[in-house]
Amino acid sequence: MAMNRIGVFICHCGRNIAGTVDVKRVAEEIGKREDVVLSTTYIFMCSEPGQKLIEESIKKYNLDGVVVANCSPTLHEKTMRNAAARGGLNPYRVEIANIREWAAWPHEDNPEAATRKAIRIINATIEKLKANASLEPIEVPVTRRALVIGGGVAGIQAALDLADAGIETILVEKEPSIGGNMFRLSETFPTLDCPQCILTPKMNDVAQHPNIKLYAYSEVESVEGYMGNFKVRIKKKSTFVDWDKCTGCGECLRVCPISVKSEYDLGMGERKAIYIVNEQAVPLKALIDENSCIRLQFEKKVREGKIKPKKAVKICSKCADVCEPNAIHFKNNEEIVEEEVGAIVVATGYEVMPAEAFPELGGKYPDVLTALQFERLLAPSGPTAGIPRRPSDGKVPESIAFIHCVGSRDPQNGVPYCSRICCMYTIKQAMLVKHALPKTAVYDFYIDIRSNGKGYEEFYHRAKEEYGVNFIRGKVSKVYKVGDKYRVQGVDTLTGRIIEVDVDMVILATAAKGSTGVKELAKKLRIPYDEWGWLKETHLKLRPLETPVGGVFIAGAAQFVKDITDSVSQGSGAAAKAMTLLSRPQLEKEPLLAKVDTEICAGCGRCKDQCAYGAISIDPVRHVAVVNEALCEGCGACSANCPTTAIQVVNFKKGQIIRAVDVLAEVF
Amino acid sequence: MSEKEFEPVIVGFFCNWCTSAAADLAGTSRLHYPANIRPIRVMCSSTVDPVYLIRALQEGADATILGGCHPGDCHYISGNYKARRRVVIVKTVLKSLGFDEDRVLLEWISGSEGPKFARVMNEYTEYIKKKGPSDFKYVDSLGGE
Repeated sequence: MAMNRIGVFICHCGRNIAGTVDVKRVAEEIGKREDVVLSTTYIFMCSEPGQKLIEESIKKYNLDGVVVANCSPTLHEKTMRNAAARGGLNPYRVEIANIREWAAWPHEDNPEAATRKAIRIINATIEKLKANASLEPIEVPVTRRALVIGGGVAGIQAALDLADAGIETILVEKEPSIGGNMFRLSETFPTLDCPQCILTPKMNDVAQHPNIKLYAYSEVESVEGYMGNFKVRIKKKSTFVDWDKCTGCGECLRVCPISVKSEYDLGMGERKAIYIVNEQAVPLKALIDENSCIRLQFEKKVREGKIKPKKAVKICSKCADVCEPNAIHFKNNEEIVEEEVGAIVVATGYEVMPAEAFPELGGKYPDVLTALQFERLLAPSGPTAGIPRRPSDGKVPESIAFIHCVGSRDPQNGVPYCSRICCMYTIKQAMLVKHALPKTAVYDFYIDIRSNGKGYEEFYHRAKEEYGVNFIRGKVSKVYKVGDKYRVQGVDTLTGRIIEVDVDMVILATAAKGSTGVKELAKKLRIPYDEWGWLKETHLKLRPLETPVGGVFIAGAAQFVKDITDSVSQGSGAAAKAMTLLSRPQLEKEPLLAKVDTEICAGCGRCKDQCAYGAISIDPVRHVAVVNEALCEGCGACSANCPTTAIQVVNFKKGQIIRAVDVLAEVF
Repeated sequence: MSEKEFEPVIVGFFCNWCTSAAADLAGTSRLHYPANIRPIRVMCSSTVDPVYLIRALQEGADATILGGCHPGDCHYISGNYKARRRVVIVKTVLKSLGFDEDRVLLEWISGSEGPKFARVMNEYTEYIKKKGPSDFKYVDSLGGE
């Protein structure tokens, strides 16, 4: 039966709504409706007295439905439903009319139009509400296991915290070793810690933790299910080596005749066709790169019919010959494994734009590098053992220029945002150059120095005062080759002079973006992302670790570029969020699901064809559609395709929407 | 028509996960667009029955806009593709009956695209303003009310 004792509560939201919308007039207009018994306003409906007002009005006026006209339902729908429940009204008899984000704010330039629009939105909401049914949440079980995607410092921290709390945790890393970008760094600002020294204990903990199952060199293939009950398929990429047998001794690396550029060293060093990422890799296992191994290339060409050997050929097997545990088998061992988890933490990190993207700044020259590449040249464990050398001729540089904001704060050539970490790592690199090569001249071209962290500003002053780094405020317009030097042309905006310096190397602090492949992963998880590959949080300020998909959390630079301190904090934070979810014995699922009226269902199956979750089946005996509540997500695709309106989403019934549409479409 | 400038009525069906979030973001960012847009939140673009769009046009709307997630980004896996097929059908039906198919618009606006939301609303309102009132709604009155 349609509601006829509705209460409407209009929020001023301070001046946010009332500053534009004439809330008094709105209340009067709505109060004229016959089905509305109370139409009132209050300064902050979300405040305790505001909620009390709802509770008490429900009792006093015996309300059978409530509309709260305030902000977006993503903010306070739950607050208002809980308030109604305390007043004795079923929470699903509460609807939110969003008159702040959808009327007051976008039309603040036109108060009359905003007021009329607010009235209309509330009227449409009342029409929709009138046929709402009382509902109870559906209880679903929880799988007490977690998945962490990405084994950088944020993912490692999340996995360790979850595992320490007694939750079986699966860690998936696409590279052959965990450690992420942090493991590539030379030293960390502002403490100048050695990242390998501080990260390896955590990496070893991951390897040895009884509650952590590590899938390195693996990727998430597909994700099904919902909060508390996800089914994840993980692809273990082919290593051509039996990792159960491999001891990581490294004998094979020494005999392999093929050398290629190392991905871990970002092209600054070399690795063999069979390789271990680095000496401290976790897991410490060898793998063969199919694209550079001559044996695998030969076998592939034979398979594809490109080469037809007339007789049996003995092709390179040097690595297998020296492998004592017989781990190297050259067979494709790609495998798909399935895991069930209740919560997922996404910690996929960042990458930097390549130097080649900036030809005007010399990105095409061998001695013009990204800062992340330069980290490898500064790292004691790197290809030059911590003494930077020019990739072109191996010369120790006598002068180096650093350029900030390459692609950052530059929508035309890169991204509009500040990449946040560049100022600090550039200052650090300048300092480390001075440590390794005290006589080398260092020029640092910046727009602004952003050193907003604990000890960061002091660190900057140290670089300036103790190390004699030349900081030049101004943008660089051009880098070009003059002899075997590179001429950096820019302007010093503090003195107004054009500056030209000839240097041996140029380091570009290129803009950070979300990792390659993160958009595809986000699609599998059904979480939103932006054009630069950053995952979108539920609320930037207050729910930075959550996504709109229940049970999926984000941590570290997957959300936006972060330094190590923030990444670790977020790793722990996301783990805590996941633990909160997994600590409950049962989860409540929204009961706003599809329901079949078996009286009119003809069993045609058109709804079944629409369902992306396989939640609908046709009962062979009664010949009607049946909805599996555990699988249904309540999207309503089925209802739009039903020729008889037999299948409908509860509280989003067609009649309800059409009544609302009638109000919205009405000509003034 | 009176001397007053024509103010079209445009009913917007916005999916909960992308375009509603974009509308929230546009509001929070104080991006302005005309109040001619009259919004309703639906869970998914795929739940928008062609009947909703036709009904809005019949009842007085000069245009309708359906906002969903970008292809491949649907919160419900593939709902936006279903919506796209439905919109094509509605447009075909309108066109074959001699009505203006451009009065139904399908747009993909993700939750992070507040500026795009405001831009689309501005442009579409302007476009419909230029077109003038829809003749679809007068069918009812011609039937003899």
